[in-house]
Amino acid sequence: MKNQQTEHQRILVVFPHPDDEAFAASGTLAMYIDSGAQVTYACLTLGEMGRNMGIPPFASRVTLPAIRKEELAASCLAIGIQDLRMLGFHDKMIEFEDQQRLDNEIMALLKELSPSLVITFYPGYSVHPDHDATGAAVIRTIGRLSAAERPLVHCVAFANNHEQAIGKADVVVDVTAFLEKKMASIRAHRSQFQAAELVGNRELTYEETRTRFGTEPFWTYRFDQSGGYET
Amino acid sequence: MQPITPQDIQIRIDQLAGQDLYVHLELTTGAYASHLDSARHPASAFISNAEVRYTQGSISGAGPYRVGLKTTRGWIYAEGLTHVDEMEKERLILAGHDSQGKLIVALQLSRETF
Repeated sequence: MKNQQTEHQRILVVFPHPDDEAFAASGTLAMYIDSGAQVTYACLTLGEMGRNMGIPPFASRVTLPAIRKEELAASCLAIGIQDLRMLGFHDKMIEFEDQQRLDNEIMALLKELSPSLVITFYPGYSVHPDHDATGAAVIRTIGRLSAAERPLVHCVAFANNHEQAIGKADVVVDVTAFLEKKMASIRAHRSQFQAAELVGNRELTYEETRTRFGTEPFWTYRFDQSGGYET
Repeated sequence: MQPITPQDIQIRIDQLAGQDLYVHLELTTGAYASHLDSARHPASAFISNAEVRYTQGSISGAGPYRVGLKTTRGWIYAEGLTHVDEMEKERLILAGHDSQGKLIVALQLSRETF
């Protein structure tokens, strides 16, 4: 495994929903930022179709976008992310969007930022259609760059069958030292984090927190010669 | 969001009858339904900002509630409604939340687009 703590000075994160960063990569990002990295988070939607509305519900379909926007900003602050871009796509609709428009936005970010590392979802193994479509757009766009220009791509995968298909994660980041920031990032998503399958309403012990959130696995995406999908 | 008081909702439904409106209608089990439990069938549907006009409408049931709106050419129906956004005076924002607080169903009406 490469020495991640010092290697990447400019990182681009592309996820579709506010809170994807919190669960998937907040510890890793806090670690990189602690080593001086500049992180841009391109969040494609405002998660306006989310189903968690707080317990008891305090959000509606109408108020949710503004609420999640604030939560996202608070999460980025907790992690230390310096540059948050909200791209304004509609939640749940990424797979149906104008692909050219989506790819152009991602390409513009790549050209502007020249990141050495991009973090996104692994297309096909990330459960939510928005996750898969976002990962596919990032891979497609980076695949258009010449091999020399391509940043390293670390993908998040968690579909039930993912290990059979893509093996075990080749990058497992121990984020124990940044757990406090990670939990602050998760808690910033106030309308989401009480959900039973996430954190629930019970206070977790430190040991439970560390077991559950102490490592973040990533899969390095392997482009073939032409830049396309590996089969 | 506040639990629905059907009498109040009926007044609001009557106030919005007979005019051009935009509707958001949604029903969802969530994108993670089958990921968390393979026995579950993932199903979701929403339509946003469809133009409608209804001639009559009412709320019914003992909670969760049902709403039926008779449009000029057909019907709009939603079941499982539990909450209303009490801050909204012009628009009618109804939602149904399950025991975990998750949104299951939404029915919204407005004179302006959402």
